[in-house]
This record gives sequence, C-alpha cells and structure tokens, in this order.
Amino acid sequence: MARANVTVTVRKAGDSVSVLDVKGEVTAFAENALMDAYTQATSDNARVIVLNFNGLEYMNSSGIGLLVTLLIRANRQKQRLLTYGLSEHYRNIFELTRLNEAIGIYSTEAEALAAA
Amino acid sequence: MTTVSDREHWAKPIRKLRVSDAPPQAINLLNVDGQQIISPLQGFGQMWQKTYRIRMPGLSMTAKQVMDIWKAEFPKFQPSASRFYPPMSGVEPGKVIFIDLDLPPAPGMPNVIPVSSGVMVLYADDEMFTVMTPEGFPVAGWNTFSVHEEDGCLVAQIQSLDRSTDPIYELGTLFLGGARRQEQNWFYVLEHVSARFGIKGQVQMHKELVDPRWQWSEAKNVWKNAVFRTILYRVAAPVRWVRRVFDKRTLERGS
Repeated sequence: MARANVTVTVRKAGDSVSVLDVKGEVTAFAENALMDAYTQATSDNARVIVLNFNGLEYMNSSGIGLLVTLLIRANRQKQRLLTYGLSEHYRNIFELTRLNEAIGIYSTEAEALAAA
Repeated sequence: MTTVSDREHWAKPIRKLRVSDAPPQAINLLNVDGQQIISPLQGFGQMWQKTYRIRMPGLSMTAKQVMDIWKAEFPKFQPSASRFYPPMSGVEPGKVIFIDLDLPPAPGMPNVIPVSSGVMVLYADDEMFTVMTPEGFPVAGWNTFSVHEEDGCLVAQIQSLDRSTDPIYELGTLFLGGARRQEQNWFYVLEHVSARFGIKGQVQMHKELVDPRWQWSEAKNVWKNAVFRTILYRVAAPVRWVRRVFDKRTLERGS
C-alpha cells in the first residue's frame, strides 16, 4: 500500500503569518501531515497561511480535495490561504478546479508575504 | 517537478465543456455542452465529504487490474435509475460521461423526475479516477473512485466531496431524501463492483460535514438547474417536432 511521501514544516514569517513548506507528494496520504501542520500554524495565531509548493513533486485529485477542506477550515477560522511556488502545470490545475478563485496564487514568497 | 505522466493524468484546462462525441443513447447535451465545471466551492448547500469502502478479501488481482475493469464496465455497476454513458474511448481525462437520472419527487415515490446531465473526468491514473460536475448538476464537486491495497486486502472506495448546487437541490437533499438516495446509490455501486469479482462484501461509510454553511452568493445557480431544464426540454418536444415539420415543408416549397 502506498504511504505518505510528504513532509510539511511550519515556520513563522511574521506575527500573524505562517508558511507551510510542502515537500513531496500531495495525495490522500498527505492528510495527516498537512492538517497537523495547519493545526500547529493556527495554534501560533496565524491569520494568514501560506503554502510553499516549491518542493511539490506530485499532486493528484485527492490532493486537490485536501486543499479544499483545508481552505474551508481556514475560512471558518477567518484565516486567509495563499500559495506560491506552483509550477505552470499545477497553476493550470488550480484554474481548472477553480481553486484559484479562493486561494491567492503568487510566484514567490516575497510576493505572497507582501499580499498577506 | 512535473513529469509528462503527471500531465497525462489531468484534464486539460478548459473554461467550458465542449462535447463532440456524445453517445447516441444520451438524451441531450442541454446541461453539458457550454457549461462550466464547478468545484465544491461554487455550490450552495452544506459541504459533505463521504467515503464509502468495501473490502474484497481473497481477491488475487492488482489494484490496477480491478480499476481497469471498473472503468471499462462503469455503467454496468449503476442502479437502473442512473444511466451512465461514457465515451467510446473510455474513462479518460477531459472526457465527458453523460448521465440520465430518474429521481423520485419524495421518498418512497416512483422515479419520475428526469435529469439529463454529465460529468467530466478530471483526473485518471491506474488506480483511481475523479469526475467533476458541471453547472446545473444536482451537486457541485467531485467523486473519486479508487482501488488500493490495505493490510494485504484490496479495497474499492468512492469518495465524494460536494455540496448541493442550488437551494432547490439542497431542499431535496435535506428534506426529500436526496442525501439518502445518493448514499444508497454508492452502496449499490460498490456492492456490484465487489460482486463482479465474486465477493459479497459489506460497504462501510464515513461522512463528515466539512462546511455547515449555505453559500447564499451561489443561490443564483438555480437558473441553470438541470432538472428544470430537462423537464422544459421534454415538455417542449412537440413544439420542436412541429417546428421541424414546418421548416421541412418551407424548404420543400422553396426548392
């Protein structure tokens, strides 16, 4: 059986901003890693969560589903969700699945933090 | 790092569905062609994630082999009130699977309300595929059909992440048995997938209310409601017939 092949680490990038560095594969098996990181960021009082996808190797449709549930959780906590580092392919997937209408997409961390 | 095979698993970016190879059995393209696909974020009702699983102990096949058969025989596993028409080329990213449903107006009543629509294959690999709904479909979101190995046993799974598309559908989901019907549908499918391989299994379901809110900003989706549009299309059938006859005679007189 396939297992999680992903790590998600949390770092603070300001008083109310946390960056989640995603490395590896975002599939259904990434749920625990992603949600644990989100919980940690929330306990650090983050009002803006920034997902860094520079280390993203692969994402399937279950991974997109995880991002939807993460987005809803963030919205319910009145947090904003931003991303950067997506390849052109995954930017297209965000547009196809219309996630780009709810998650801010930026090219670099500096751009994302400026928008935070 | 994105490989070529990553790209092949996903549908190509589109703004609106365009249908060129509809199977002849599909009733109409009214609620598919030209419609945008919508995620759970663009729907109206409460957002639910429901996971249905069936274990298939003793089955000595790979997950890929089971999924190949599931894809190839996809319409056969559906109940009679849900007719699915995949394209001739099969379940492939970007392709549309046409669907004709018959829904009951209330629990226990006959299935007399027609819905003609379809779903787009958003993603497909060797062990799973995901379909996404267009505007007007009863739910906004996606269903993922997958097979994986767990503790040496193959598990077939369906996971939905969706919400009712508009207030009318939400009414039906919450108060007219719509949610129950949807659950029974996927129980039926998994039981028949399992039976296809000679295994009589028990379906387990886990459901989670992801978002309890109604998105009133999406109430406007009601204008694209596929049930209303399908009924209107059928009611107008005599008018279309008369118009065709009239146009034909006009042409004959002119020539």
